[in-house]
Amino acid sequence: MLFLMAAGLTLIFGVMGLINLAHGSLFMIGAFACATVAAATGSFWLGLVASLAAAAAAGALVEILVIRRLYERDHLDQVLATFALILIFSEGTRWVFGSFPLYLDIPQLLSGAVHLPGGAQYPVYRLAVIGVGIAVAIGLYLLIGKTRLGMRIRAGESDREMIGALGIDIGTLYTLVFALGAALAGLAGAMVGALQSVQVGMGEPVLILAFVVIVIGGIGSIKGALIGSVLVGLTETLGRFLLPHLFGLFMPPSDAATVGAALASMLIYIVMALILAFRPRGLFAASA
Amino acid sequence: MSRETIVTALLVLGLLAAPFAAQAMGEPFYITLATRIAILALAATGLNIALGLGGLVSFGHAAFFGIGGYAAGILATHAFNGEPLLLGLPGTNQMIVIWIAGAVIAGIVAMLIGLISLRTSGVYFIMITLAFAQMIYYFAISWPAYGGEDGLSIYVRNAFPGANTLVPMSFFLISFALLAAGLVLFALIRDSRFGAALQAGRQNETRLAAVGIVPFRIRLAAFVVSAMMTAVAGALFADLNRFVSPSMFSWHMSGELIVLIILGGVGRLAGPLAGAIVYVLFEFALGGITEHWQLFLGLILLGVVLFARGGVMGMLAGRARHG
Amino acid sequence: MAEPILEIRNLKKSFGALKATDGVSLDLRPGEIHALIGPNGAGKSTLIHQIAGSLKPDSGEIRFAGRDVKPLDVAARARLGMGRTFQVSSLAPEFSALRNVMLAVQAREGSSFRFFRPVMRDASLTEPARAALARVGLSDRADVPAAELSHGERRQLEIAIALALGARAFLLDEPMAGMGPEGSQALTGFLDGLRREAPILLIEHDMDAVFALADRISVLVYGRIIATGTVDEIRNHPDVREAYLGEGA
Repeated sequence: MLFLMAAGLTLIFGVMGLINLAHGSLFMIGAFACATVAAATGSFWLGLVASLAAAAAAGALVEILVIRRLYERDHLDQVLATFALILIFSEGTRWVFGSFPLYLDIPQLLSGAVHLPGGAQYPVYRLAVIGVGIAVAIGLYLLIGKTRLGMRIRAGESDREMIGALGIDIGTLYTLVFALGAALAGLAGAMVGALQSVQVGMGEPVLILAFVVIVIGGIGSIKGALIGSVLVGLTETLGRFLLPHLFGLFMPPSDAATVGAALASMLIYIVMALILAFRPRGLFAASA
Repeated sequence: MSRETIVTALLVLGLLAAPFAAQAMGEPFYITLATRIAILALAATGLNIALGLGGLVSFGHAAFFGIGGYAAGILATHAFNGEPLLLGLPGTNQMIVIWIAGAVIAGIVAMLIGLISLRTSGVYFIMITLAFAQMIYYFAISWPAYGGEDGLSIYVRNAFPGANTLVPMSFFLISFALLAAGLVLFALIRDSRFGAALQAGRQNETRLAAVGIVPFRIRLAAFVVSAMMTAVAGALFADLNRFVSPSMFSWHMSGELIVLIILGGVGRLAGPLAGAIVYVLFEFALGGITEHWQLFLGLILLGVVLFARGGVMGMLAGRARHG
Repeated sequence: MAEPILEIRNLKKSFGALKATDGVSLDLRPGEIHALIGPNGAGKSTLIHQIAGSLKPDSGEIRFAGRDVKPLDVAARARLGMGRTFQVSSLAPEFSALRNVMLAVQAREGSSFRFFRPVMRDASLTEPARAALARVGLSDRADVPAAELSHGERRQLEIAIALALGARAFLLDEPMAGMGPEGSQALTGFLDGLRREAPILLIEHDMDAVFALADRISVLVYGRIIATGTVDEIRNHPDVREAYLGEGA
């Protein structure tokens, strides 16, 4: 799931050289679209489709209206403009949907749990999310590596003017890439929406995690995004689980739990800082 | 006198005059508004040293703002309940001590963050400063001793020798004096040798190294000074609200500080002040009309970024000149 | 003969399979202009980067002013007295010409960690800077931002910065590039006098200037120095004629 976010961002980040803080808003839009449509039609699947469509449409719109003007600007302007977009999207959504969280039900087909060897149980839905993540990873790899569109994207990444000179409509291409990245965010939003509640601001913690993933993995590297997301996911889960126990060895239990929890939420940032301290360009730096 | 100097002087004097006018008209609420402007302007002026002069887009200055705030909150709490802080040291309710403590702690933290993050540049720098601020944010949320997620109240505003800080006007004057000091410091740094090296590093790092100045050290020092100034503003902010919460560490806060600078004008002496005036008045005016004022703030910000580079100072005082 | 100020021994640098610097040895002696010529892609820029410290060589030695500078970064080498100009002008674009030069004066003087005294009122900075600008003929352009200077003026400004550094040797990377014939001539005359102050390693495409100025010439082709000698020796060197000057010579 984190990977979906990160992959979408990486696509935009790496290929288009743009910092998109509003990615979290697209994530949120996906979740809201899914919740609304699912509530209206009673079908989670229609909602999922709606989330893809809504996020992609919003992405395309934003690209055409705003982002297009930012490619040549410095990072500061990009950060600010997309920060402005967050304010607009968040307040806009709050206006339309109110501040109350919406809820999404996990579809019948995916509810329940599977029994893992060893007696542990794991919810089917979470497995499905992981499955989608893997499928998207493979899909993206094929798209970028094997298709004409992927070739053009890569060409645009290395030389924006060259590709324009070849007669490829760079504007449309970028809109498409941006919409694709947005759709991935929307999909992630919809799927997470079923695990948590759907509310304004839900995109932001995920956005920041996604940035951590990208920075750890190396900007512009899909492989880095995948490995980074696994690393961050593991760090967080293990940290949450193990640290309280660890501190329990030499502290009273209640203190150990709180201190452990505090450190666990910091742990991924500590990991990131360590990685960047030794590899300032991330684990899989795309190009110098 | 240049036009920029005149505009700057007008803004500063205007801010100073506003609360007196408000008091004369019997509208003390506006004094608080002006205090808020002064404090935010001070925080953003601190950031302006790193961002405006040094080109270091720190997306984590909320960390230092929050450290200042928590310094005020924690020291005041210990002074209030009489428990020693650590190593038997008591808390304090003296603002001056709190400012120094906040600034020193922020400076040390900035040194550590800077040592790592200044090895990177561009997007990586933005992201790593953000990550560090988040680290501290989560730490504040999950550390229960000082209120955790709920924050920490300051029951009685901290004291300043010879003034009753509970009188809004006194507190405004304290804040204003610090802002003025911050602006003077900014101007001095900008025009100094250090400032020359710092600004040259923003414009052309290769050139700076080629004359034999190591950009890293200059930037680290700027980052630390910048953090310290923002921390003092954070301590004032805590006293203004008599409350600190983890939201002072949030990345929205970092974003807001950058927004102030952009609205006002990057790297300009009065840029953060102009930005804070516009921002606070805007928040106040629109906030009265609609609770969704941030939507319009977003639109305006977008407009400034896309079409009106240079911000308010750019409009009022023309393009920036470098002697 | 006096000790060379700059001494390079068997320097090697590869990018993958490409040997950009393939065992280069070179020295620069007091009082001379040593020109480094070679066709495009011969590895001149790579070599300059390694001397200045912005690229790490794979192996070999670089000694400057009597010490091994390989462990030193760009800034440290500059402080030792390497006055470098860039192939593509590299200036602080928003600063005036004067402030660009003042930066070099300040760097030479030592500490940049002075926070309070305004630089523009600091005669120990402005005066040497104005003097350097005057020497390259930019006095009346002192207050113009570097970004608004003409191409030729920016090249002159780069040299003024190197002068203000009090360099013990100059590394000039195509200082004539893009200058009109008049500018080139004036600059040639200026460099001619400059060699008495500090030796110059001159990378240049303008052969008239090279032949007029150089005490010695080294020819770099495919990362190797194929010949080093006086102007006449190089002019008549068979390998050079074949590899570099071609039929045109």
